[in-house]
Amino acid sequence: MFRIVSHTIARDLRLALRRPADLASVLFFFIIVASLFPLGVGPEVDLLRQLAPGVLWVGALLATQLSLPRLFADDYRDGTLEQLALSPNPLGLMVLGKVIAHWLVSGLPLALLAPVLGLQFDLPTDALWVLAGSILLGTPALSGIGAIGAGLTLGLRGGGVLLSLLVLPLYIPVLIFGAGAVDASVSGLGPGAHLSLLAALTVGGLAFAPWAAAAALKIALE
Amino acid sequence: MLEADNLECIRGARRLFHGVSFGLAEGELLFLQGKNGAGKTSLLRMLCGLSPPESGEVRWKGASIRKLADDFRADLCYLGHLNAIKEELSPLENLLASARLAGEDLAADDALDALAQVGLSGREDLICRYLSQGQKRRVALARLVQERRPLWILDEPFVALDVHAVDWLVGIIGAHLQRGGLAVMTTHQPVEIPAGAVRVLRLGA
Repeated sequence: MFRIVSHTIARDLRLALRRPADLASVLFFFIIVASLFPLGVGPEVDLLRQLAPGVLWVGALLATQLSLPRLFADDYRDGTLEQLALSPNPLGLMVLGKVIAHWLVSGLPLALLAPVLGLQFDLPTDALWVLAGSILLGTPALSGIGAIGAGLTLGLRGGGVLLSLLVLPLYIPVLIFGAGAVDASVSGLGPGAHLSLLAALTVGGLAFAPWAAAAALKIALE
Repeated sequence: MLEADNLECIRGARRLFHGVSFGLAEGELLFLQGKNGAGKTSLLRMLCGLSPPESGEVRWKGASIRKLADDFRADLCYLGHLNAIKEELSPLENLLASARLAGEDLAADDALDALAQVGLSGREDLICRYLSQGQKRRVALARLVQERRPLWILDEPFVALDVHAVDWLVGIIGAHLQRGGLAVMTTHQPVEIPAGAVRVLRLGA
């Protein structure tokens, strides 16, 4: 049962490593968006510190969303998706594998990069750790929810824009609790509650989203 | 073993075909014929369970394939007109990855042997992007060498192949039928495949 998930992850990671430009474009997008704000707002440390959680989280969210259209599009175009749907293994498990692989090449590097970018906003060290932790906890939910949108818009013309319109509103809870965790840490309240809710969103998202995405894919293949 | 009962297919506002029925037993081959746009690929996708028929039913071993679901898919090998290979992976990696995702264990030696049979020895580790159209098709067909599932559904398997490869593929399909397998295929090329019985179904006639 779990071998099929690990096989899917292994295949998708290998493919991603053969196309390093995709990974790099997501990371550079995040770096640039997060760097534009300090340049635009100016060197007022208090203001930047207040802006930081929201700006960095929105940047991470948009960067994740940037790579979503390709989640299933390549497999759809070359016929691999048909073969996955005809495999005697549940399609939901293979989608789960693809979601995890997507997180490993988008959410994980974003979480590692975020503290470095946080320095530009003069965030205190504690808040930098919370920032990395919250992105680490929250991005699997983003990949999962994004997979549903990617499945629903598969094969549509102009699907990329539609995908953003569909998925970004669903990202709001993750954004609120993610940025809220960093905020709470800056103001000294402690991020525990926010991080717990983020973890709950991720667990829920990973449990349900792959099956919903698999159903959407089956419709796209008809 | 495989039965189609009164299948109907509607694409957009057009009815492609209706009342398509046939039965196929062990060792038998069904040639699907018809001009472009007659609905050959649509019928094949219906037989796989990828798209549901407008009306009618496909049965495998007497039970509806909708009900059998994974049990039916475990008996099915479908080769579409898309090759389902990844340009970024080598033929060997492609073959191993697709076997694993189909839920089968394929040893690396068997995969190498299959690639040698389709005439790709020496190119096992070359990235597929650098292969020709015919060679990519051969990578897709290499799956069939180790394939022991009873039902093969092949959509235009001979496209882009040279004479030598066509002969090889005819042999592979013939061996499959002699083992008691079933095959449904479309082709525009006249080929002679040794089978228990060859049926022909003409769509849009």
